[in-house]
Amino acid sequence: MVEEKNIFEIRDFSVYYGDLIAVKNNNLDIEKNKISAIIGPSGCGKSTLLRSLNRMNDLILNCRAEGKLEFHGIDIYGKDIDVIDLRRRVGMVFQKPNPFPSSVYENVAYGPRIRGVKKKSELDEIAERALVRAFLWDEVKDKLNESGLSLSGGQMQRLCIARSLAQEPEVLLFDEPTSALDPISTAKIEDLILELRKTVTIVIVTHNMQQAARISEYTAFMYLGELIEFGTTNRIFVNPRNKLTEEYITGRFG
Amino acid sequence: MTIFDTELRQLKENILMMASLVEDSIKDSIKSLLDRDSELAREVIIKDHQINALDVKIDEECIRLIALRQPTAGDLRFITTAMKITTELERMGDLAENICERALELNEEPLLKPYENIPKIAKIVQAMLMDVIHALLSKDTSLAYDVIKRDDEVDDLTVRNFNELLFIMIQDPKTVPIAVKRTYIAKYLERVADHATNIAEMVIYMTEGKIIRHMEISESE
Repeated sequence: MVEEKNIFEIRDFSVYYGDLIAVKNNNLDIEKNKISAIIGPSGCGKSTLLRSLNRMNDLILNCRAEGKLEFHGIDIYGKDIDVIDLRRRVGMVFQKPNPFPSSVYENVAYGPRIRGVKKKSELDEIAERALVRAFLWDEVKDKLNESGLSLSGGQMQRLCIARSLAQEPEVLLFDEPTSALDPISTAKIEDLILELRKTVTIVIVTHNMQQAARISEYTAFMYLGELIEFGTTNRIFVNPRNKLTEEYITGRFG
Repeated sequence: MTIFDTELRQLKENILMMASLVEDSIKDSIKSLLDRDSELAREVIIKDHQINALDVKIDEECIRLIALRQPTAGDLRFITTAMKITTELERMGDLAENICERALELNEEPLLKPYENIPKIAKIVQAMLMDVIHALLSKDTSLAYDVIKRDDEVDDLTVRNFNELLFIMIQDPKTVPIAVKRTYIAKYLERVADHATNIAEMVIYMTEGKIIRHMEISESE
């Protein structure tokens, strides 16, 4: 069997908010077990595109998608798609850490429990494993019953990542995951993302171009809903082909 | 225009200043030989420290820009290229100094035979240097390729010069001390042409993002 290279294949894909077109005819592939970054100025459609990957946009009124967005070769906007299952397999971490207002343990165990895991020992195991994978276990193992909201900003963000990991996702989507964090917490999240890449495909939207340069293998540059350029991060940052990309990357935009 | 743009322009001006000092040094070093003007040779040797000082200054400025401005894309290629170009220019300056050192010695000796090959080589080398700096400033890659091609002419003339002097040396071994110094001078100029070629390759990288070092010119174009 041929090893699957691309986990997502996006073809002529557009997203509208009412009459407004936010993502315009995008075509790109997301490679499995790689980190792909999406960059571009505010309002360029990068978060919309990211949220399309697990149909998070369904929650927005008047939002509709056109074209094809395939996950493992199946159009996720097609009929008979179990959106809940899709969002388990394609998890998401947001800009502001948003733990549940419950204990550290509960934050991580909640997902597996509603998925049907009943045994305490099994839940404990899942929770520990997720916290270890999120580089958080050592810091919280003695306060699993304390509120998730009592943690520092960086710890809360890693708790949110652990919460996603407890669902054993194949893909994690990050929407500006470190823009509310200090440089040290940011570095920890970046290290974590680099480590997770071994088992999870990662797509990250970031305003911080240096972050895209530091951690991603592929970079997409979007402007006014269009995908202007997509390529290896090295090429985009050293020798972009498109003038708009060059201007944006070198800070001469607009 | 941003502060960074102003800094980049300043960097470009400094490279230009360094290049023109090097051009002068090479021109004067050859003049000091052909006109047997030892005073001029000594001036060139003394002035080399200006070139060295600019080399250091430009390097420091490039490192500062990389650290503080985190350049990318065309800016990154320009700044990293600038650092390498100054090294090439600095070596050209050293070679001009070497030519003057030999000129000081040769000017004290009989002429042996009129200088024929050296002025020819010098003319090509000086044009290569001028053109490569022009190519750098105007991002003119076709001019850069043209500079690279001219390197072969210099190599051929250097070999011809060597063979002619070798013939004289074989006929009369007493000419060896003078003739050897004359082969040195041609060799120094030939090295200047090599450095100009290196700069031309860097201009192509800077402009097109394509590394053509260690390639045949036909496969790189």
